[in-house]
Amino acid sequence: MSAKIDAIRQIARRLLADGAVDMVIGFKRGTLPMMNEPCFIRKAEEADRLVWDSHCGINLANYVTDRKERVAVVAKGCDSRNLVNHIIENKIKREKLVVIGVCCDGMLDKRLIAEKSREEAGAEVDAVEEANGQITVKAGALIWQAPREELLQDNCKRCRHRNPVLYDERVGEPVAEKTEDNYEDVKRIEAMSSDEKWAHFENMLSSCIRCYACRNACPLCYCPTCFVDESRPQWVGKSQDPIDIRTFHFLRAYHCAGRCTDCGSCERACPMGIPVRQFTRKLNKDCEELYGWQAGLSIDQRPALDTYSPNDPNDFIR
Amino acid sequence: MEHMGVEPGRLQFSWISSAESTKFVDVAKKVTEAVQALGPNTKFKKSK
Repeated sequence: MSAKIDAIRQIARRLLADGAVDMVIGFKRGTLPMMNEPCFIRKAEEADRLVWDSHCGINLANYVTDRKERVAVVAKGCDSRNLVNHIIENKIKREKLVVIGVCCDGMLDKRLIAEKSREEAGAEVDAVEEANGQITVKAGALIWQAPREELLQDNCKRCRHRNPVLYDERVGEPVAEKTEDNYEDVKRIEAMSSDEKWAHFENMLSSCIRCYACRNACPLCYCPTCFVDESRPQWVGKSQDPIDIRTFHFLRAYHCAGRCTDCGSCERACPMGIPVRQFTRKLNKDCEELYGWQAGLSIDQRPALDTYSPNDPNDFIR
Repeated sequence: MEHMGVEPGRLQFSWISSAESTKFVDVAKKVTEAVQALGPNTKFKKSK
């Protein structure tokens, strides 16, 4: 990890000193454990604020939207895919962007670690350290350990694109990639009856407070006025009624159809721990099955919902 | 929509040209029948 930090700082320092970019966007240590924050560096001498560890789950593509200056961004596999999305959707120009691609080992699930700490130590997490694939958590007076693989975010466990798909500078050696996602989580829901599905999501969304953190954390959500904030016309009810909440969630998911990279930012940002990826994962699965499409893999390919082919499946139209 | 619990058949898609009046009538009849068989969509009703 420290080798990656050194490499990131070195690259940032060089890019800023050479005037190749006006700003480097990376991560800095957060005020709480496991909560690294986005960090915007404009001077070469500030590059030492940048860090890299297993808590860099925030998707930094979210911070380059519509930027006019030349920026360098630290990007994991998923972030790089969202940068590809951004380029395709004209939210940033490729030539204004320097991608510092970091080969990612997956990010730790802060919620899982916090829960486990409360269970095992009855205390909040004070520090998280890792060595040789083993995570050591200090919580109150106690210390507990677990293999790193078990504590990864769900999307990182399933990830097939840990290595950046687009980069100008690479940090770390490419890691081995999984070849497929069996989508067993989505299939489990698909196997339910309509009533069971309805009840499943009713239960899942019952704790939603409509803070829109999932939307704000998502790099795909960049509309100047979001449909939920619009009042003329008002597309969706603004109350806490379950159907208003559900409408928000499935419309949000639809807006991500064919664009979502399953970076997990939405789920990570949710203060209530709602597994909101269950909606987007279904659409990702459909996109893959119907169009053989995974978002953000190449800047030379138009997205599935942006192209027409006579072979497109249309059995649902009568 | 079906994935989140809307009954299959409640949401239908059709492509009908303005010249296809008979197809329009046909589809409208079939959709009404299908939806009537499913009954009112109470799930989308607000609780208060």
